[in-house]
Amino acid sequence: MSKVRVLVGTRKGAFVLASDGKRDRWDISGPHFGGWEIYHLKGSPADPNRLYASQSTGWFGQLIQRSNDGGQTWEPVDNKFVYDGVPGTHQWYDGTPHPWEFKRVWHLEPSLTDPDTVYAGVEDAALFRSSDGGKSWQELSGLRGHGSGSRWQPGAGGMCLHTIVLDPSDPARIYIAISAAGAFRSDDAGKTWKPINRGLKSQQQIPDPTAEVGHCVHRIAMHPARPGVLFMQKHWDVMRTDNAGESWQEVSGNLPVDFGFVIDVHAHEPETIYVVPIKSDSEHYPPEGKLRVYRSRTGGNEWQELTKGLPQSNCYVNVLRDAMAVDSLDKCGVYFGTTGGQVYASADAGDNWAPIARDLPAVLSVEVQTLP
Amino acid sequence: MIRVVLPAHLRILARVEGEVNLEVEGLATQRSVLNALEAAYPMLRGTLRDYVTEQRRPYVRFFACEQDLSHEPPDTPLPEPVASGAEPFLIVGAIAGG
Repeated sequence: MSKVRVLVGTRKGAFVLASDGKRDRWDISGPHFGGWEIYHLKGSPADPNRLYASQSTGWFGQLIQRSNDGGQTWEPVDNKFVYDGVPGTHQWYDGTPHPWEFKRVWHLEPSLTDPDTVYAGVEDAALFRSSDGGKSWQELSGLRGHGSGSRWQPGAGGMCLHTIVLDPSDPARIYIAISAAGAFRSDDAGKTWKPINRGLKSQQQIPDPTAEVGHCVHRIAMHPARPGVLFMQKHWDVMRTDNAGESWQEVSGNLPVDFGFVIDVHAHEPETIYVVPIKSDSEHYPPEGKLRVYRSRTGGNEWQELTKGLPQSNCYVNVLRDAMAVDSLDKCGVYFGTTGGQVYASADAGDNWAPIARDLPAVLSVEVQTLP
Repeated sequence: MIRVVLPAHLRILARVEGEVNLEVEGLATQRSVLNALEAAYPMLRGTLRDYVTEQRRPYVRFFACEQDLSHEPPDTPLPEPVASGAEPFLIVGAIAGG
């Protein structure tokens, strides 16, 4: 029978949750790296026992950990993230130039085919790659060197590169997203980049409706069978593109509010997507104190609220951008974590939910591995 | 021999218990001690000082002989009791965060 492993990054360590294919009983191991912030950990699709974790604190900086046995043991690998060349400046919150300074790794994206190749999205925004299992890191500086780099500005959470999406049909195509610069695409394995933000509307933040950059993209998701179709949870608005980001259309439809952080796609239904609406950018909790996942089976616009097993009163947690994932079992499992330390799971594509961990530290990220 | 005391998180990272003993060639200074520490425990690189500037991380402090040495220039000789091994060089994570 298949197994599922859920990798949870929290404010105070990493946790590994394991279950069989029924997904009704869970073993929890952790905390790994207790006391450290684990922004993200993720397994290699090419070798599920190879995991990478981003470990940091304000005291001792950034570390990268690697496991070769599915998270039972870990070893620190290289943590030297040095920008290529003279870093230059981006814009600070007040619009003045501010030097590029490395702060932390937000997201680790292992290659789809090579366990030793992994990408790191960092704050201040840049993309790094390791081709030796994390023993060394090189910046793909064509992104930061894009002509717009000096105009990028941080979002409230910092100027972070938080999303990396690899195209399974084209190894040279990579999508990334930066708060609050926007989405970018490379068609040459990361050498050069173009902004792909046409159709995004951010008039509250930037008055120019055709602005090339400056959009606060929170998350992008792709179904591997439809790599030209992307779904986006923007600061406000849920968006989709059918042409690899050349243009975006809003698909917020009947959502009660279109602010939020996470978005993900069903493992077997490319037009089934999930979001968790959050009340507003100044009230980072669910509307009406009701934690609801919304599912669209039409690729957006028509949304159905999913509440069975989720708290429907006095719930004021947030669901952060990297904290939702799906498994690939026949009945697709959907998982998300909250800033209140709960990890909720549905073994039936969102119809019914149950907490599989209740009292963890604030959850920063959730990833899922479906194992044979 | 120089005796170094690491903060708890870094003892776990370096997989050591208690004090770390280091042989430091030449004058014992913050820089030479940290160089020796990082050579012996490469996983500590980047955790105490910035890779590029080599400046001490803001929430890392250095104490010895009941003195705060955090703001001393990195090439200033450490107190003789530290250099002789009579007193440890203390690396401390600042109490901060509320």
